[in-house]
Amino acid sequence: MADAVRGDVVFTPSDAVVAREIEGEIVIVPLTAGVGDLEDELYSLNETGRDVWRLLDGRTLDEVVDALAVDYDATREEIDRDVRGLLEELLRRDIISAA
Amino acid sequence: MEEHEAFVTRAGPDALWRNGGPALTALDIELTERCDNRCIHCCINRPEHDREAQSRELPTGRVLEVLDEAAALGVLGLRLTGGEILLRNDLEQIYLHARRLGMRVTLMTNARGLSSEFASLLAKVPPGEPVEITAYGMHRESYEAVSRVAGSFEEFKRGLALLDAHAIPHVVKGTLLPPTLDEMEELEAWAATRPVVRQRAGFIYWLDLRLRRDDERANERIAVLRLSPREGVAALARDPRARAALRAEALVQLGEPSDRLFTCGIGGRPCLDAYGMLQPCLTLRAPQLIYDLASGSLREAMTEFFPGLRTLRARDPEYLRRCARCFLAGICDQCPSKSWAEHGTLDTPVDYFCEVTQARAHFIGLLREGELPWDVIDGKERVKWLMQ
Repeated sequence: MADAVRGDVVFTPSDAVVAREIEGEIVIVPLTAGVGDLEDELYSLNETGRDVWRLLDGRTLDEVVDALAVDYDATREEIDRDVRGLLEELLRRDIISAA
Repeated sequence: MEEHEAFVTRAGPDALWRNGGPALTALDIELTERCDNRCIHCCINRPEHDREAQSRELPTGRVLEVLDEAAALGVLGLRLTGGEILLRNDLEQIYLHARRLGMRVTLMTNARGLSSEFASLLAKVPPGEPVEITAYGMHRESYEAVSRVAGSFEEFKRGLALLDAHAIPHVVKGTLLPPTLDEMEELEAWAATRPVVRQRAGFIYWLDLRLRRDDERANERIAVLRLSPREGVAALARDPRARAALRAEALVQLGEPSDRLFTCGIGGRPCLDAYGMLQPCLTLRAPQLIYDLASGSLREAMTEFFPGLRTLRARDPEYLRRCARCFLAGICDQCPSKSWAEHGTLDTPVDYFCEVTQARAHFIGLLREGELPWDVIDGKERVKWLMQ
């Protein structure tokens, strides 16, 4: 999974989920069968996850990290590590896919 | 960046919100009052081919608009009910729209009209909640004695077979009526062996009268079909876990008696009726308590209209003498919905539900023989005793 998360790859929300922002929370609902660990679960993202999710709009992973580096008080290395961690988790659950 | 234990959290809707949650999280929509069964005991059904009712039902586009508005407010849980929802030929469109909005959908149906196409769709785009199936009997004779439609049992079985074939999770509910009272154990045993049934079979023990007060003769027939409190409790007591379950429920729900009409968080899960009126809940249809969505908005109903209902107080002298002083009020089904259906008021006590509550309280040891619950002065002590 980690090999698939490269800096030049664009990751986008899967067509098999619906993501909604409600009261500041990003809520992800599996739409079709076989998504996530259980089909009838909901997922929410933590604050870092929310910021990353909003940037999954056609940017590459590197561009996402660059955008976050403007606002976060952390090294680019740290940000890159966290973003990769999130994307790996989302990929594992089929919530995003590589474009 | 901060260290985080997990970027993604699996959460049920109740555990989702960190800051109190949105204005509305769950909505019921009654798509039609028409039904292809003709059950005498039903509190809402109208004939399948009732053209007048059908002509007044909300058009597809309006249902979709309400869903959009509900999603914008935060709704994640939708229950589609009737009548029989499978009579709506736009059900697939409504269902898919709700799912695309990220709603988890509970479908309540008798399964008779389930098509293989719709079952396939449910397999491909799962509702996110088990389909709720009502079983009116375990055999053709008993089922059709209730449904009063020849051939309905075979259609019911066919619908269930489609759910099984597509591995669609569902739950089964029964209604306790004279023709089916002896079939409780059979239904439970059958439901427990089904491959994709989730949860134990549940039963409706206590029948409501017609919620719209639209048929006095039907009410007379429903009253005849009602289990007596003693019969109902005897049916409950078959299950060795029932006493503990009722005690646990009582512990959660019993509180200070009050003259407030609503102690249930009224309006928290409103119901859009088949014709576009927004009810505070699935059953309450008193005209003065429903909101006309055609001349307002879901947001206004949630933020202005329904909160206003929470301040209403009872005035009926008998209510004030009994219900407002009753330490069992928290576990009683008495509410404005019942008073409206039975008496056309919001606060006239409904004797049937009062007697049912007393019978259940006797069963779990909260009430002693000969006592009237509104005269009990050590109600708090008895609740403490339950905790022990």
